[in-house]
Amino acid sequence: MSPDLLSFDHPLTRLVVGLLCVFAFVGLNGLVLVWVERKVAGHVQLRPGPLHVGPYGLLQPIVDAVKLVGKQLAMPAGADKYLYWAAPLLAFAPVTVCFLPLPFDPDLAPMRLNIGLVLILAFSGLGVLSLILAGWGSNNKWGLLGAARAVAQSVAYEVPLLLAVMSVAITAGSLDLYEITGKQGGWPWQWYGVQNPLAFFIFLVCAVAETNRAPFDLPEAESELTAGFHTEYSGMGFGLFFLAEYANMIVVSGVAAALFLGGWQGPFLSGILWFLVKVYAILLLMIWMRWTYPRVRFDQLLNLSWKWLTPLAIIDLALVVIIKGIGG
Amino acid sequence: MSVSALFEEACTGLKSLFVGLGITGKAFCQPQVTVIYPKQEVDNLSTFRGHVELVGKEDDPSVPRCVACGACVKACPSDCLTILCPVPAKEGEQDAPVAMGPAPQKGSKTPGAVIVDFSLCSLCGQCAKTCPVDSLRFSDNPYMVALDRKEFRIDLMARLKRQAEEE
Amino acid sequence: MQAFDTAQLPRDPSSVRFEPGPTEDKLILSMGPQHPSTHGVLRILLELDGEYIVRAEPVLGYIHRMHEWMAEQKTYFQFMPNMGRVDYLHAMAWNWAYAGAVERLAGIEVPERGEHIRVAVTELNRISSHLLWWGAYLLDLGAFTPIMYAFDDREILLDILQAVTGSRLTYSYFTFGGVYNDVPDDFASRCLAFTKHLRSRLPMYRDLVTDNVILRGRCEGIGEMDVDLARRYGATGPVLRGSGAPVDTRRAEPYSVYGKFDFRIPAYSQGDAMARYMVRMDELETSCDIIDQAVSNLPDGPCSAKAPKTLKPPKGEACYAVEGARGKILVHVRSDGGPKPYRVKLRAPGFSNLSVFCELARGTLLADAVSILGSLDLVIPEIDR
Ligand code: SF4
Ligand code: SF4
Repeated sequence: MSPDLLSFDHPLTRLVVGLLCVFAFVGLNGLVLVWVERKVAGHVQLRPGPLHVGPYGLLQPIVDAVKLVGKQLAMPAGADKYLYWAAPLLAFAPVTVCFLPLPFDPDLAPMRLNIGLVLILAFSGLGVLSLILAGWGSNNKWGLLGAARAVAQSVAYEVPLLLAVMSVAITAGSLDLYEITGKQGGWPWQWYGVQNPLAFFIFLVCAVAETNRAPFDLPEAESELTAGFHTEYSGMGFGLFFLAEYANMIVVSGVAAALFLGGWQGPFLSGILWFLVKVYAILLLMIWMRWTYPRVRFDQLLNLSWKWLTPLAIIDLALVVIIKGIGG
Repeated sequence: MSVSALFEEACTGLKSLFVGLGITGKAFCQPQVTVIYPKQEVDNLSTFRGHVELVGKEDDPSVPRCVACGACVKACPSDCLTILCPVPAKEGEQDAPVAMGPAPQKGSKTPGAVIVDFSLCSLCGQCAKTCPVDSLRFSDNPYMVALDRKEFRIDLMARLKRQAEEE
Repeated sequence: MQAFDTAQLPRDPSSVRFEPGPTEDKLILSMGPQHPSTHGVLRILLELDGEYIVRAEPVLGYIHRMHEWMAEQKTYFQFMPNMGRVDYLHAMAWNWAYAGAVERLAGIEVPERGEHIRVAVTELNRISSHLLWWGAYLLDLGAFTPIMYAFDDREILLDILQAVTGSRLTYSYFTFGGVYNDVPDDFASRCLAFTKHLRSRLPMYRDLVTDNVILRGRCEGIGEMDVDLARRYGATGPVLRGSGAPVDTRRAEPYSVYGKFDFRIPAYSQGDAMARYMVRMDELETSCDIIDQAVSNLPDGPCSAKAPKTLKPPKGEACYAVEGARGKILVHVRSDGGPKPYRVKLRAPGFSNLSVFCELARGTLLADAVSILGSLDLVIPEIDR
């Protein structure tokens, strides 16, 4: 007997409610992250950051969003209309799906999947498609160069990322993020990130590259490609790319927290709080790195991936398999 | 390159990255240096060189020292200064209203109007340097905002009067 | 959808040499005049193969202001403020080159105190120029924070210069025979305090940026130029010294009182972007040394010689070269005995330095081209004049 459609247990209802919550969560966190990013950047650069709109400039992102919404949506002559407008939507939509299997709390589960990890990796891989479409569709040479960079970068970094994730999955013996989190404990020495720091490190580097953040922000590379793939986007077109970038950051940080930092587990605080604390700690690290380093060059980026991270990840994976094999 | 050298290089590279993070992290905790303008003001305005202004006489600060010689007008590279003084009346026209003409005018030793067009001025100081009686100097007025280009034509005589009254 | 036909666009005269269009599989890209890393209005036409540069050609003239022509229309005094605008980052050196040329022409002697003040303010200005270059170069390479730290230090320096000259950027401080006004009493102590402060900050700069592995990767071995190439194009300043020739006008043709001071001329032989970077970083220290020596025994006396109010130099011509932050600045003045110069020729170092770019950029990646361009330290208004 199938459950009642209106009851909360029906998978479809759960999905819809979950998606709505995810949208709200992404929107809210996107705004908060924009504020945090600007505040951190300001303080790192000895200036106060946003200050005047609301207390501590808290309302600044909202004002920015309103400004973006109010702007004209321009499209360059000769651009491919459908690809051009599909790209920002495509950038944003898959990210929201990635939130569904994230384990916020033992009881708070938008959608519990036994292959949650695969779902996230698959959908976040989709993000690069939007960059290609944006770059190709906008009939702009800078955009095209940005798109080409995005593809090479994403291909190069997905490999070590997957290998690092795999080593954790093998240790935990599951692809379900809940189970992986559950296998870890509340104390740091029970975390996979501490037990297997190499995989954690590789994952972090790849995560920064996957989300196109400095020092790996090559597809947009402001000082080289003006704005890379989103050179031509204005208003909310740009806004969606912007939001997708932050949403992507939250997803990879969420995955990192679940895989390597014990997710919701921790003493004293409630589960969701611990999860958010860990996610934001990783986000802060990413922001901090962005405001410290110069941008790497394209071939260096690929070299780092193919010559360092991939072999290291393979070695790490082999070690994990051996240890697992010995330990039974 | 041997593998160990390669790893050594990677380690120094990684270390440099952490050192960088340390420096920005330290800066994060330091107090900010921004002077938030409407609430605070920078403290070096006294040395700021704004538009030129007239210098008053010692005994009467509301009257400029200027002797309307017109040297500054000639020295200015950008023609920003206008100095007008009464044109001496011709024979038989004593009752006619006093006409103003560009300095120098014969017999007229005080300016009727001194106007600087700040939108042209390059703050070079040639006018102040040339003035034989040191009647021009730089003001320290940094607040030059206007909605209209005309507002940058500053009437220096009026300004001097205002300054004298304020004192 | 509206058809987009590039053939209908007006032909761009500056890209004539790139006609009749790209060869198979090549992309022609116009970098600038509005591009974040061409710093102003430089335009570079690039022919790309993927991201590799096949040809690069700078297009100049977007900010040509006819300074040389203006000189012929104005009296000697009136042209002085123009010099602060040629290269707004190292205005003092241009001030000096012009004032020096006219002084040489008219036979005006500068008093000792004036010379010392000139040296001090020019070196201060050189530091401010290098600090700005440092920040902007890192901005080109994608690091956003260093420019803020550089500006934090530069602010102290600008305060000192403001106290002396009244302005913070386009100085017009030199006059024929000396400087416009004497320095305030606390000038020397403030300068000494600043050099001390800057020296204490340099290790931080080194740790944050110079030693950074990413920066090294972006600079080392990029845009290598040997001495021959540099000389062939007439490159001067840090660009030449970065390719191993320790040539500095301050030492090679000592003008003013530079002969009295003891300072090192940094030179690196690698000839890559990193070498040029290191030369400039070392020059910060060199300038500090010179400032210390110049202000710690500031002679008494007038800061300026009495120059006639209307200057009419005798018929003839004179040249004066100074070492600017970007290289050798040379001003050539020719007089026909009148109150206005007959001809003034300004030799901008950036122009020669930029010409090397076409050779350096060939075969590099687009990202390297940005790095090379930044390492040449170009100020476009100076190149276009
Ligand atoms: S400062 Fe220079 S430009 Fe301004 S009014 Fe005086 S002479 Fe003219
Ligand atoms: S040079 Fe001096 S005295 Fe002569 S008109 Fe100008 S301000 Fe007046």
